[in-house]
Amino acid sequence: MTPAPLFRIQDLHVRLRHRGGERTLVREVSLSVRSGQSVGLVGESGSGKSVSIKAAMRLLPRGTRAEGRIAFDGGDVLTLGRRELARYRSREVALIHQDPRAHINPTRTVGAFLTEGVVHTGQMNRAEATERACALMADVGITDAARRLHQYPHQLSGGLLQRVMIVAALLPSPRLIFADEPTTALDVTVQSDVMAILLEQIRERQVSMLFVTHDLDLAAAVTDRLAVMYAGSIVETGPSAEISARPLHPYTAGLLQCRPSTAEVKRLTAIPGRPVAAHEAGTGCSFAPRCPFAVERCRAERPHDRSIEGRTVACHRVEEIADRLEERAS
Amino acid sequence: MKRDHTPRGAAARKIAATVAGAGATVLTASFVIFAGLAAAPGDPVSQLLGAKATDEARANMRRRLGLDDPLLERYRHWLTEALHGDFGISLTSRQEVTDLVGPRLATTFLLVGMAALLVVVVGIGLGVVGGLSRRGRAVVSALVGLGIAVPGFVAANALIGVFAVDLGWFPTYGSGHGLLDRVWHLTLPAVALSIGYGAYVSQLTAAAVAEESEKEYVMTARGRGVPAGVVLRHHTLRNAAVPVLTASGLAVAGLVAGTVVVEQMFAVDGVGALLIRSISSKDHPVVTAVSLIIVVAFVVVTTLIDLLQVALDPRERATS
Repeated sequence: MTPAPLFRIQDLHVRLRHRGGERTLVREVSLSVRSGQSVGLVGESGSGKSVSIKAAMRLLPRGTRAEGRIAFDGGDVLTLGRRELARYRSREVALIHQDPRAHINPTRTVGAFLTEGVVHTGQMNRAEATERACALMADVGITDAARRLHQYPHQLSGGLLQRVMIVAALLPSPRLIFADEPTTALDVTVQSDVMAILLEQIRERQVSMLFVTHDLDLAAAVTDRLAVMYAGSIVETGPSAEISARPLHPYTAGLLQCRPSTAEVKRLTAIPGRPVAAHEAGTGCSFAPRCPFAVERCRAERPHDRSIEGRTVACHRVEEIADRLEERAS
Repeated sequence: MKRDHTPRGAAARKIAATVAGAGATVLTASFVIFAGLAAAPGDPVSQLLGAKATDEARANMRRRLGLDDPLLERYRHWLTEALHGDFGISLTSRQEVTDLVGPRLATTFLLVGMAALLVVVVGIGLGVVGGLSRRGRAVVSALVGLGIAVPGFVAANALIGVFAVDLGWFPTYGSGHGLLDRVWHLTLPAVALSIGYGAYVSQLTAAAVAEESEKEYVMTARGRGVPAGVVLRHHTLRNAAVPVLTASGLAVAGLVAGTVVVEQMFAVDGVGALLIRSISSKDHPVVTAVSLIIVVAFVVVTTLIDLLQVALDPRERATS
């Protein structure tokens, strides 16, 4: 038997109170991250990937309710008491946010930001924290670390600031890092740089990572496993290389098809229609309105997860259409 | 001279520019006040000599007061004297304006100081409560609505009716002697003076705190397990301080002007009451001096806010 995963989400539902009723943001999400593993959570904006991460950090906004089970190292995250929650957030996991400019307080110095987490949760004193932060800054390629500590966020470029965020995440030596679109807000020219640094660090330290992105190609390149999300549900999970080579869900295939090619210049093929939110989805498969393979059954009945070729796919017609999807994607 | 491009140099330049701007504002205001009074209808001479005075007496008086000189010449003369601390002689009481204003200024400053304390402590305190808790917000909104809607003179009358007449806790009028007695006399006027601005500051504080507590960097800190009290101090309140400081400063500056009404209501013998009396008796040297004091108080307070903002917001230091 394989050991229990470090982090596991089982049957997560997130609902938002809305005008007397409730709106579903995330439906039946299950995924797991093993120790040392990188898992990509891929989907368009509004598909519920960031909400799932927030649920895992217990950072959902007021008026939202998470149900299901989120386990970290065997413990149930959703029922942690105040002190255990602080311990979990400060030592076990770390979150790298999308936009460092918004997520770092502009009125406080870089040094204050970096050391705040470990100092105020009693893990290090300020001197130790500063020393370790300087060492880590050198590791991620920030030169002149001592001077940077006294600077303010507006004096640093976006790429540099995101490296600072990475240092802040690594400082308490967490076992799992949630990276929520860590390069999306950056200049294209520094994106790959920052991504490479992040990967290097988590591999060197054998930290697990849940990597959230809308970029399927990027996710496939940097993670071991992928979970593809659409309208608040996971539609396909499996090993990253296999998914990008042979998608089994029509949505995954569509995502792969609409990426730009570097070999030739042509117009991009978009998935027809617009992405729907979880609460807009009807009784059937939420992708049915946009799916070229949809039949009557897809519109009437929600597909359950099915195991096929070592993957989990939520599609009624997966066996029938698998080969045609591969043709279309190539 | 070579420009200092370090952040400290930028801050120093900003401070110098702010102070110079304040000086220019006071100077401009002094001319506007002086010219405005000169252009105002009514004549200090008829006020002084009465309607039955002969033309010759009037002409004499005009010459003695220097009223026949051109405006710019009179202004220059007044300014030179004022810069030496001499604001002339009151036309009605024949006293030095400085002797007339000085003691009253102490009373008015005490009144403004007490009201400012109420605005800052009670106003900001209520605002923080309102910004952080949803239930608190409803209560604070109701109080703020009341505070803004009720005019100062109505509030003053209500306070006198309840706390001075019915309960007898405070005197109904006067400024008192000695510090404690003065504080006791000025309590009701300070409360009346602070209600409107206090409500405004509360409102703004509640909005700023509520907005800050939703900010992404607050979430970052919470997500790192930082205790709620530290998040509140280091992020929410720290960053809400910038708009709150601006509002409080403007409120305090407004209090100075507000004393004119409140001193009249409570028969407090401060500069506000003196201003009203001097305006009706066309005592121009006194009106000029008191108006200028109000302007200076306003400019000093707003300049202090500007400088504090530079201290509070690092981005302010960089742009210059």
